[in-house]
Amino acid sequence: MPEGIKKGLELRDVRICLRGVELVSVDLTIAPGEIVTLMGPSGSGKSSLLGHICGTLPDVFDVSGQVMLDGSPLDGMAPQDRHVGILFQDDLLFPHLSVGGNLAFALPSSVRGRANRRARVDEALRSAGMDGFYDRDPATLSGGQRARVALMRVLLSEPCALLLDEPFSKLDSGLRDQIRSFVFDLCRKNQLPTLMVTHDPEDGDAASGRIIHLD
Amino acid sequence: MLRFIPILTIVLMIGPVSAGLIGTLLPAFGILPALGGNSPSLDPLAALFAQPGLGSSIRLSFINGLAATVVSVATVMLFCAAWQGTRIFHAMQRILSPILSVPHATAAFGLAFLIAPSGWMTRVVAQVAGWDRPPDIAIIHDPWGLAMIAGLVAKEIPFLFLMTLAALPQADTERTTQVTATLGYGRVAGWFKATLPRIYPQIRLPILAVLAYSTSVVDVAIILAPTTPAPLAVRILGWLSDPDLALRFMASSAAVLQLVIVLVAMAVWFAGEKIIAILGRHWAEDGRRFKRDKGARGLGAVLALVAAGTVVLGLVVLLVWSIAGFWAFPDLLPRGFSLRLWARELDTIGSSLATTLCIGIPAVLIAVVLVLACLENEVRTGKSAGRRAMLLIYLPLLVPQISFMFGLQVFFTLIGLERTLMSVVLGHLVFVAPYVFLSLSDPFHALDPRYGQTALCLGASPARVFWQVRLPLLTRAVLTAAAVGLAVTVGQYLPTLLIGAGRFATVTTEAVALASGGDRRMIGIYGLLQMVLPFAGFACALLIPAFLFRHRRGMMAQHKE
Repeated sequence: MPEGIKKGLELRDVRICLRGVELVSVDLTIAPGEIVTLMGPSGSGKSSLLGHICGTLPDVFDVSGQVMLDGSPLDGMAPQDRHVGILFQDDLLFPHLSVGGNLAFALPSSVRGRANRRARVDEALRSAGMDGFYDRDPATLSGGQRARVALMRVLLSEPCALLLDEPFSKLDSGLRDQIRSFVFDLCRKNQLPTLMVTHDPEDGDAASGRIIHLD
Repeated sequence: MLRFIPILTIVLMIGPVSAGLIGTLLPAFGILPALGGNSPSLDPLAALFAQPGLGSSIRLSFINGLAATVVSVATVMLFCAAWQGTRIFHAMQRILSPILSVPHATAAFGLAFLIAPSGWMTRVVAQVAGWDRPPDIAIIHDPWGLAMIAGLVAKEIPFLFLMTLAALPQADTERTTQVTATLGYGRVAGWFKATLPRIYPQIRLPILAVLAYSTSVVDVAIILAPTTPAPLAVRILGWLSDPDLALRFMASSAAVLQLVIVLVAMAVWFAGEKIIAILGRHWAEDGRRFKRDKGARGLGAVLALVAAGTVVLGLVVLLVWSIAGFWAFPDLLPRGFSLRLWARELDTIGSSLATTLCIGIPAVLIAVVLVLACLENEVRTGKSAGRRAMLLIYLPLLVPQISFMFGLQVFFTLIGLERTLMSVVLGHLVFVAPYVFLSLSDPFHALDPRYGQTALCLGASPARVFWQVRLPLLTRAVLTAAAVGLAVTVGQYLPTLLIGAGRFATVTTEAVALASGGDRRMIGIYGLLQMVLPFAGFACALLIPAFLFRHRRGMMAQHKE
């Protein structure tokens, strides 16, 4: 993780409008290791807010306010330079790559040497309880395994903040608790400021952090 | 760099068409300095209208083109209405996709071999009726041009069907069908009342392309249309190829007339659309259910099957003729088979295949690169091309080939590129790129944008996202588009002949040149040869991704949706 003053993720008076209609408006600071839950009905602009933070929001939206990560502004930066990771409700593992290939894709190129990179990926697999899965086809994994690989993939890209877009809504209810604590534990352990949007109150309870309701 | 590709692409489409139209318009009014035409005059037009049988030629182009389009569109609509979502529909999807790769001339030869007085179908009738000689009537080259209409219809149905297929999911048609059915409508009526109005805007451009093609077609007309007089486009080609260079002026004015015919045909089509829209609205609201529509459904299935069956059976007969020994009239099969002719023609076959690839591969590569760059640029800038840009890419398909190909030849001569591989490739590119765009844009847009977003947020540069994520995910779509492009370049007759000034003997120019000779065995060989490259292209598009991703189940499932 890049060195620097860890101030977390700040959203200073961020407002997103579409054709003059305000979709969402927030002012909030998320400390390193803190998980903030944003609750709201669908269509309340939650996903647009995440898109804005990671820089993939189409420019048909009008946005005001500032997004700061660890003290420096993100606005105007290309998504690939922001070090903001995102997890969607679908795991979006690349179907053409192996499990290990997906993880290696995320590993920064500053990690040099084939053996070295392979070791980092294997280590990540081990910590997800998936030792020896490097060459597996992602399509052959269970839902829980796929979710864990998706999280490990984000973490390997060394983000400075993490966004979660209803990440548990497609999991079976039995798996959900297990994956939730897996994700939240790692967010805290890596001291990541984390913003989760969801419409499931249980997600918010499980995160045991601040919960903000949008209307 | 990437930002300029859409403009470059449009220039490469519009440029040749406008240069060609100017190069046709000027000589049409007497101006072509190279041939001594220095002052504007109406003499070429006067000469044209003094030609015997011009009225019949115009009628053949106009009426038969419109008729072929109406029959093709009606058949496809009826079939979709009657069978969408059923097993027959999916089966037809599998049959018609490969048929799309059959070049027009091959399909036309196949049809001719079936229905000619000594054709295979006639032989079946002869067996039953006990004839011992072919009936003495003109079934192909018939004065009404019915054979030409049939040939065009058989080939346009697969194209329009696949275009409709691409439009269907975007209009939520499966659920619409459920709704109309639960409201008590028969399948066909429900589809025409509720689904057709929603998908029509999306298939309108392809329909207009079919209309422009059918009213100005040359190769199919040479093979199937009446000869005295022939449809206008065929006569224009005759005048252009005449050793008497003075005829070029008249040919140009005829090419302008051809353009006018296509424009009038489009105007008629637009008027028809309006009338049907008004009548259709009343019809949709009158509440009649048409619950008993077995007859209409049967008709739809029969028409589609006959169209597909004709092309397939035609190919089989071409194959049989190419290896036939002695084959007397009422016999259904030749007495013996021999590969002698194939062996004799082997060298020519090899060189015409090589020439075809020399033109086709560069044209397809350029087209695929341009189209991918345009689509990728759309993703990166977040702006879609819009309908107007789409129209520009389609333009070469909406202007009759013969109306701008001669002018383009004049233009290439002017800049010293006449008869070069480069000019022929550019001439082909104009027709290949629109089809590649057509084939690739839907799968490209259908790709979940979150794959790209996720990759970017993992720190990958846009270039890396393209090469390592989007392109591999689209492997099959890109290869399919390339195969479509290859099928298009292989089938090009007029651009090869006119721009190459006869220097480039491709499988298609060779095959069409055989039409007048009537040597069935040779036509069989070259008709089939036209099939070889497109077929190989589609086989690659199927097998390469299957091999590359044999350990990636997700890549198969993704494309089944």
